[in-house]
Amino acid sequence: MFRVHALIPELFQFTVILVLFIQSLGSREWKPLVEKWLPVAAGLGVAVALASMGVRGEFFYAAYKVDALSQFFKLAVAGGFLITVLNATRQPTLEDDKRTDYFLFLALSAWGLMLLASSVELITIYLALEVSSYSLYALIPLRAKDRQAAEAGVKYILFGAAATALALYGLSYVLAAHQTTYLAELMHKSWAFADAPMAVVGLSLFLLGFFFKLALFPFHFWAPDVYQGTSNETAAYAATLPKLGAAVVLIRLCAFLKPELEITMILAVLGAASMTFANLAALAQKDVKRILGYSSVSHAGYIMVGLVACNAKGLGAAAFYSMAYVFMNLACFWVVCRTSTDGRNLTLDDLNGLHRRAPALAFVLAVGAFALVGLPPMAGFMGKLFLLTAAWNQGYNWLIIVAAVNTAISIYYYLSLVRHAYTAEEVVENPVVPDTSHFSWFWGCAIAAVVLLMGVVPSTLFRAGIAAGESLLK
Amino acid sequence: MLESGYPVVTATIVFPLICAAILFGLRHPGAVRLFTLAASVVEILIAVPLFTKFSMDTGDFQFVEKVSWVPEWGLSYHLGVDGISYLMILLTLLILPISVLCSWTYIEKRVKEFHFCLLFMTSACIGVFAALDLVLFYVFWEAMLVPMYLLIAVWGGDERRYASLKFFLYTLAGSTLLLVAIIAFKVSGGTFSIPELMTKTFSFRFQCWTFLAMALAFAIKVPMFPFHTWLPAAHVQAPTAGSVVLASILLKMGTYGFLRFCLPLAPEASVYFGPAMIAISLASILYGGAVALGQTDIKKIIAYSSVGHMGFVTLGIFLFNVKGVQGALFQMLNHGITTGALFMMVGAIYERSHSRQMSANMGLGKMLPAYMGFWGLFAFSSFGFPGTNSFVGELLVLVGSFQFNLWVGAITIPGALLGAAYMLRLTQKMAWGRPRSTKPSWHDLTTREWAGLLPLAILVIYIGLAPGLVFKLIDPSVDKLLKDFKARTVNSALAEAPLFGLDFVKK
Repeated sequence: MFRVHALIPELFQFTVILVLFIQSLGSREWKPLVEKWLPVAAGLGVAVALASMGVRGEFFYAAYKVDALSQFFKLAVAGGFLITVLNATRQPTLEDDKRTDYFLFLALSAWGLMLLASSVELITIYLALEVSSYSLYALIPLRAKDRQAAEAGVKYILFGAAATALALYGLSYVLAAHQTTYLAELMHKSWAFADAPMAVVGLSLFLLGFFFKLALFPFHFWAPDVYQGTSNETAAYAATLPKLGAAVVLIRLCAFLKPELEITMILAVLGAASMTFANLAALAQKDVKRILGYSSVSHAGYIMVGLVACNAKGLGAAAFYSMAYVFMNLACFWVVCRTSTDGRNLTLDDLNGLHRRAPALAFVLAVGAFALVGLPPMAGFMGKLFLLTAAWNQGYNWLIIVAAVNTAISIYYYLSLVRHAYTAEEVVENPVVPDTSHFSWFWGCAIAAVVLLMGVVPSTLFRAGIAAGESLLK
Repeated sequence: MLESGYPVVTATIVFPLICAAILFGLRHPGAVRLFTLAASVVEILIAVPLFTKFSMDTGDFQFVEKVSWVPEWGLSYHLGVDGISYLMILLTLLILPISVLCSWTYIEKRVKEFHFCLLFMTSACIGVFAALDLVLFYVFWEAMLVPMYLLIAVWGGDERRYASLKFFLYTLAGSTLLLVAIIAFKVSGGTFSIPELMTKTFSFRFQCWTFLAMALAFAIKVPMFPFHTWLPAAHVQAPTAGSVVLASILLKMGTYGFLRFCLPLAPEASVYFGPAMIAISLASILYGGAVALGQTDIKKIIAYSSVGHMGFVTLGIFLFNVKGVQGALFQMLNHGITTGALFMMVGAIYERSHSRQMSANMGLGKMLPAYMGFWGLFAFSSFGFPGTNSFVGELLVLVGSFQFNLWVGAITIPGALLGAAYMLRLTQKMAWGRPRSTKPSWHDLTTREWAGLLPLAILVIYIGLAPGLVFKLIDPSVDKLLKDFKARTVNSALAEAPLFGLDFVKK
């Protein structure tokens, strides 16, 4: 029986897309209206996603599954979409006649991610991935005739196209070796190199497409450049939500791995390399968006810690951490976007004396940065604690120690965000003029509150995460 | 789950946070100061049941509160107080009003935020000493980093950015491995609850690794030589109240950690690494004293003297005998009182002379008699003059170390002498040196300064002359700690197992 009500979050988002599409065809006068209704619609989307947390079902010959994991991620996507929409409504570097199209692509990309969360068949996964990626390719260069943005766009497309091509190639190997593309059936096949070498090679290549999305070392080179090149608001989207899509697929795929498999070892090594490389590289950065770019690479590594645990708690912890990551990062990006009211790229020095000019933004930045370090009582700490606890004694204790040491390395650059905002003297020439409107501080504090709440009372969300992990391993 | 109806520990943790939130509604700096002072007095009143209901007959945890926090992971909000943490909590309560008093005129900018940090820090410190859940402990442990960082970074001296960064990096980097140790305990012992873990036995190799991870975090906090380099920088740059809180409370967290975690949870490893810990404690005592002797900056002298004094504390802990541990607890309290007072006095003289150099603050005896009187008392207490509080603690540690080993005792003696040398030199210069820039116009101690120093001075003399009450408070817990410790180490042939390999298996 086809139960439509189980698909309401996707359908709602699709309706939003349709309205945006019609509006984008309309006359010039229509276009600014989008900024009035879209935030409300996105807010409704969060409510819808929240309301359908409990629904379950299977569709399209079991290629599309609404389960605990998918609903968890749809909620995260809807929440992140709301914040990015709010953020993008005040985008200074976007021409007026492109506004509707911009939001159309944004909504389409988020919709692709929602589909990705529910896809349980390799070709469906691939299609959903492309829906979300193609719209993002179009978004990246939209920055008021900026050459760097164009460069970032080209880089992203080339990298992305190569990665997805390899993923498709890997898919063909998996299909050839195991004669199925359904995850439910693949789950019971052997993934040891000795038993099915072709399948293991194929799966590794398929995973590669998602490593690219997640910006895991060594597929991360695009991340800092693209964040730097594209507008602040687009970077806020590109740095956060697509990671959710990658994370959900990796969680589904890792459910059929065991800690002793070769492929798990690869994940662990890439995770360790990702954290270490990114944290060291970030130490030398001056551009705030590049710092956040490298930070996202290192967080991709932390998520691997949960994945290699290969147990329900590990997968649940990875899901929780991905969601926490999105909100922590959005908190930082919110401050970047609201501080840079003329749309320029911020350097660390531009943040100097922010606490005086915009105390609320400085506070949000401190919450975001300390959460990314993993300082209690923020979401990042709880996420990290769950990840490491789940993975301890699963055969990768060295990875946990690497993660802990990396936390120590990363303190410096996160702290320098706070340091510049709170302790440095203000710059005199050409200072940025932060947005101190009610809109700016209210939503900033709301994101900070989410980050704090996820750290102080993580129980409810985490229970959803564990339920998701258990449903996968059943 | 509550023993009594009134959750006194939670109340003392939450109340400062509520006050900190209210602060943002106040406008005038004077109002902020008065409000915080009033809040700190009310805070002590709130904690009254701690004084009246604390039982001195048991070494168990009292005032226990336990609420499930994240059941999926076994995290709970679990608080309790025993003789080891009791004095530290009292010290924290006492230091809050004193730090408000000593920043009354010292802090001129961003007054509201400053007092916010003080209140927040008080909550976190009480939380650290009362937490009985490893994760809760870690949460409080890290939570006090940020306000302390801000105290130094915003209200500090000229090199505040360097000093605060060093402080933050050192302490946070040190504690990341503590988190790994906590996780290892949870996975091997099955719980985050400290009292439950105390009853479990872990393999020797497991103990060694966790001991090292925890000891690194605590040794940085204490700080023990060679991890002490953040301390002089932080102390010298911090505002007076920051130095007071840092010296009186934060440093104690390291030694408290050794007593609460290393000894009970990794007893065999503590014995195994004991000689090394004693060696670096002795190095801290001698090195801190020797370096203090060579300083010209008064605040630096006291900062390095802290390294030496805390060396006595860690030495006492790792002697594993009753005298040593008693002495260590005494010294934790005494150092908090005495060094806190000395930092206040340095702050007071800095407000007059605008210099912390010894040469700029000479010959005060004639002009500021009350000031020098207090200074003399605290300076004598600092090097353990008989009749003052530190004498009791230092004597206990010395007796304990002679009991332990003649050579350890013998090496400790010059350390105690060094203390007398640098403090007497400093006091002599300040009281009778030829005044170069000392101006007759400097006023002697104000009422406010009297109010801050007098309670500490009374404690110095009271504990020095009648230490019986403190003994009664700590003895049951010390006995219990050492009894458990001995029971777990006496039969264990210290395994010769190599320390390599991370596959910990529970015994």
